[in-house]
Amino acid sequence: MELSSRGMQAARRGRLPVLAMGFVLLFTACGSTSTGPTASAPGITATTITIGSTQPLTGPAAPGYSEISKASDAYFQWVNDHGGVNGRKIVYKYEDDGYNPTKTTDLVRKQVLQDKVFAEFNGLGTPTHLAVIDYLNTEKVPDLFVASGCNCWNQPSKYPETFGWQTDYTIEGKILGQYINKNLAGKTVGYLSQGDEFGDDGVKGLDQKIASTQVVSRQKYDPAALSVTGVKAQIAALAQAKAQVVVLYTIPAATALALLTAVSPALNYHPTWVVSSVGADVTTLTGLLQTFSKGAAGAALLEGIVSGGYLPAPTNASDPWISLFQQIHDKYIPSLPMDGNVEYGMAVAFNFVDLMKKAGQNPTRQDVINTLNGGTVSRGAGLVPLGYSSSSHLGFTGEQIFVVTGGKATAQGSVYTSTDDGPINTYTGGELTPPGNGIP
Amino acid sequence: MSRFTSSSTILRHLGWAVVAALAAGVVILFVDPYPDYQLAEVALFGIAAAGLTVLTGFNGQLSLGHGALMAIGAYTTALLLRQSPTVAVPLVMLASVAAAGLASVVVGAAAARLRGPYLAGATLALAVGLPGVAIRFSKVFGGDQGISVPPIETPSFLGADFPPERWLALVSMVALLLAFVFLANLTRSRFGRDFRAVRDDEIAAALAGIRVAGNQVSAFVVSGCCAGLAGSLLAFWAGLTAPSGLGLPLSLQVLAAVVIGGLGSLAGAVWGAVAVVYLPQLSSSLTEALHLPGVVKDNLPLALYGAAFVVTMLAFPQGIQGGLRLLYRKLWIAIPSRRDI
Repeated sequence: MELSSRGMQAARRGRLPVLAMGFVLLFTACGSTSTGPTASAPGITATTITIGSTQPLTGPAAPGYSEISKASDAYFQWVNDHGGVNGRKIVYKYEDDGYNPTKTTDLVRKQVLQDKVFAEFNGLGTPTHLAVIDYLNTEKVPDLFVASGCNCWNQPSKYPETFGWQTDYTIEGKILGQYINKNLAGKTVGYLSQGDEFGDDGVKGLDQKIASTQVVSRQKYDPAALSVTGVKAQIAALAQAKAQVVVLYTIPAATALALLTAVSPALNYHPTWVVSSVGADVTTLTGLLQTFSKGAAGAALLEGIVSGGYLPAPTNASDPWISLFQQIHDKYIPSLPMDGNVEYGMAVAFNFVDLMKKAGQNPTRQDVINTLNGGTVSRGAGLVPLGYSSSSHLGFTGEQIFVVTGGKATAQGSVYTSTDDGPINTYTGGELTPPGNGIP
Repeated sequence: MSRFTSSSTILRHLGWAVVAALAAGVVILFVDPYPDYQLAEVALFGIAAAGLTVLTGFNGQLSLGHGALMAIGAYTTALLLRQSPTVAVPLVMLASVAAAGLASVVVGAAAARLRGPYLAGATLALAVGLPGVAIRFSKVFGGDQGISVPPIETPSFLGADFPPERWLALVSMVALLLAFVFLANLTRSRFGRDFRAVRDDEIAAALAGIRVAGNQVSAFVVSGCCAGLAGSLLAFWAGLTAPSGLGLPLSLQVLAAVVIGGLGSLAGAVWGAVAVVYLPQLSSSLTEALHLPGVVKDNLPLALYGAAFVVTMLAFPQGIQGGLRLLYRKLWIAIPSRRDI
């Protein structure tokens, strides 16, 4: 091995005592006890589990999404302060890729080769994560809970290491489409979707439930051009087509721009807005509306908005999960708003801790994959079950409808689950109760 | 020694290339896979920067669109490999060079009519607009999600344990050295002198019998071919060709490498590539060590990166290579026995 040949050369140069000392220290550091936590895999030592992530901390996707990793880290710190996972503390190395896939590949290689992380956790973004999915699966690094609703993460035979987490965009589109059919029957519908897989997958789901004759306008936008052209042309087209219901498959910035453009005096357009969970968080939208309109508009524009969600509403203070997350938020990240992004970060972190506890005292990377495929990981704060099995790497399998009433997203109707092409079923399992100290 | 240095230019350059190849090879074989990966990135940026420095430094044409030419090289590689995965890698790279070269003929012909800020503006439009083509024709070009590129297969005689990053670094270094030998010979040849003549005074060059427009297009083609090769290596390096990684920021990165390394200097292209690859990481590590709160911590690496560029340009307007030349001259004068020469 490389170590011993270098050692022999050094000895020939007369540095034997120093080298010998070095080796003694090295071997004592590596030494493991036969009981208790041991170094069972890369990234796992007797005292730590190191995981890596790539997140948009700067750039166009940063507003809102940059909070997710900090919230997950806050939850991990909570767990660490209460003894960690099987005696190990979680070290969360999340790094900024600025939503640029070239940067993502660089960071993931660094995390796997140099930082030697145990797994990649919650990598954010569809094009960014697609850049690294082949590499992670070739290197057999667990690729857990990707922060994107693309169904590309659900390919267990091609990508056995990769698992989604949030409800995929097509399933959400179906559930939103079903709501429109039931509660807004007969009305004309328009779509504004992001010009990529996120928007296209959502529209696929909507089209399964909404008759094509009902859809009077289909508009798309490019997120990179948002700051330059906004969505003025698209909203004007929707107004012209007289769409009474507009479905927004948009990121928060685009949702805010759409709402503001519609109420401008020129258009004075007031459809019923149905928004994807990706761009519907009330707190985030309120902030963006105020920023974009320079204080002229605010939360009032959000009244009556319909969206879907797989987690309890973050403004619902009486929900036991929300009060747990609020407690952790107030202790570790008080400067961040308590919104849907923070809730997302903590909920996914909870699932990870549950997974690691169930993967065994000294887990290998394969142990983690097997545990997930066994379908035993708790859904934590989720309103619907997780869909993990050896034949499905889908995360949450459905959503509930939320309507913004009095400034808060309020749950309405039943909870639904589905698959990309199957029927929609009602789910009656209710919410789980969080464990005593909030740790699985 | 003097006989060797005054003999054929190409032999001299090839000699240096062999020495550099051996040195680089040793480094690559002994470092870990991630540093190898970074060295591969330095090599590809070095090729792109060298091409741009010939165009801008030697021929006086400012191009802000080299990211677009790299994108053409990258997409050619991705599309070819998607179509026929078993094509030999050198052929794929040649095809990428040819595709970018062809595009450069068109761009160069249009650019030959433009000067100064108008040329910069036109090439800027190319850099901003070209990624949009991939999104518009998403069935062919993979749209926003791009096309994935399989890694270069390590030859079997190296064994199964040879890290793919190491092989990529070796291939990239060979490409860099070949490109540099070509460019070094070119700049010391009649073409190089013609380039500089056109840069310094177009009218005088025309009077001396140089066809200015043809000369400018040739410079663009040479530069574009280098960008195509760099783009092909970038496709292998990133494993994905997607519009969001091949836009305006890439063009600006290559330009920054040229400027900070030293305009009009091939060695400068290498220093610039090193700066562009390692500075962001240094500034991230520095920020990590400072333990700052949230928003400051997120944005400080970018601010430090920018500050480093500003400081370098203020201190060394001729770039790093210019700074090294100054240093070398000062040392040369400082050695007493040399003063008579």
